[in-house]
Amino acid sequence: MVDLYVLLIFMIAGAIIAIEVKDLLSSVVAVGAVGLALSITFLVLKAPDLAITQLVVEILCLIILIRATIRKDLPFSTSGRWLLNSIITLAFIAVFLYVSIEALKDLPPFGYPIMRVAEVYLKEGLLKTGATNLVAAIILDYRAYDTLGEATVIFTGVLGVMTVMRRVGRKRQEETEKGD
Amino acid sequence: MCREHEPGMTLIVKTITRLTVGLILLYGIYIFSHGHISPGGGFAGGVIVALSFVHLMLAYGKDVAFKRVPQAAISLFEGMGAMIFLAIALLGFAGGYFFLNFIAKGEPFRLFSAGIIPFCNIAISLKVGAGLFSIFIALVILKFESEQKK
Amino acid sequence: MMAYYLCLVLFCIGLYCVLRKRNIIKIIIGLTIAEYAVNLFFILVAYRIEGRAPIYSPDTQITNMVDALPQALVLTSIVIGLASMALLVGIAMRIYEKYGTFDITKIRELRG
Repeated sequence: MVDLYVLLIFMIAGAIIAIEVKDLLSSVVAVGAVGLALSITFLVLKAPDLAITQLVVEILCLIILIRATIRKDLPFSTSGRWLLNSIITLAFIAVFLYVSIEALKDLPPFGYPIMRVAEVYLKEGLLKTGATNLVAAIILDYRAYDTLGEATVIFTGVLGVMTVMRRVGRKRQEETEKGD
Repeated sequence: MCREHEPGMTLIVKTITRLTVGLILLYGIYIFSHGHISPGGGFAGGVIVALSFVHLMLAYGKDVAFKRVPQAAISLFEGMGAMIFLAIALLGFAGGYFFLNFIAKGEPFRLFSAGIIPFCNIAISLKVGAGLFSIFIALVILKFESEQKK
Repeated sequence: MMAYYLCLVLFCIGLYCVLRKRNIIKIIIGLTIAEYAVNLFFILVAYRIEGRAPIYSPDTQITNMVDALPQALVLTSIVIGLASMALLVGIAMRIYEKYGTFDITKIRELRG
């Protein structure tokens, strides 16, 4: 399991670089490195479907983020209540860490999951659905309602982007400015 | 980024794009049509299909890409994917309940097996691919307009 | 348990970026990192020592598969994350077009 820890530490280092570098384009590229390491981590943890999906989604994510950072802007300004903001942020993160470490004690140890629901799927999946890829059997047969809701969310996202980016709003605004 | 007003990138990028874009599209179709046998599935296949058109648009500019895939076709594909998925789910009522696997299971490890799962994969990949490509188009066209204004 | 703690550290880095930074693109980057950490945590919980991927093979009988249910949940979550991130980027570009900056404190001052 050494490779898993190496990949996790690499991801943490990439994340720190991504949030501390001042150039926005370098920061976006560092996020791409974190995403690719996440894809390899999925492969190490025996989830090949997720590895493929994460890889291709990461490429599209990188294209969209680079599209947003074309114009340079100063990323960090130290005006105002710098000390107060830092103290509030660190206190919140400390409370969050305490609660989550207390909660992690109740989880089963790493490598020994409680497979109460998944045992049924793994045992009867091939007979009941006929699909040899059990992840596809679960998302499209046992839990197809999830996929239906996911399709609804993507449709809403596309509608939202189209609404924010539409042309009609700007034309109407220009017409009112001319009228004024 | 200084030559955005020119249609597309340089000759090298265009030549390599012409050679590879068909292979990428074919690989996407392979991924989602074999989603019930091997790793992959509708989501990954749909994103790969969308990426092949994004590749074409980045290399050649928006006019060539819109000639291949007009905008009406993208919205048609998106609606069609959602409709096919819902229709498959509703057809399950013929045998009993929503999302019933009503087609014969067939033999495992074959392409035509597993009942409704391959059809659901095709519907989802149409929906995801068309949706993500239309998001990309919406984000890019705004840039073209603000460039024109200057 | 060490892997859980490292995953938690990754989430906290994303949370710090969201709470502390002032550039909108940096905030989107922080959200993306936090989302990666949550996806990774689901798959870490599902892992089994010496497990195999949940795909049947025609030759051998496989009995020690990893948990397949969190993988199916995360598969939808990744694509939803991409769609929501595109929506955030769209809103950020509109804000830049209207105010001419990505800094949230300056936007607040401009608004009065």
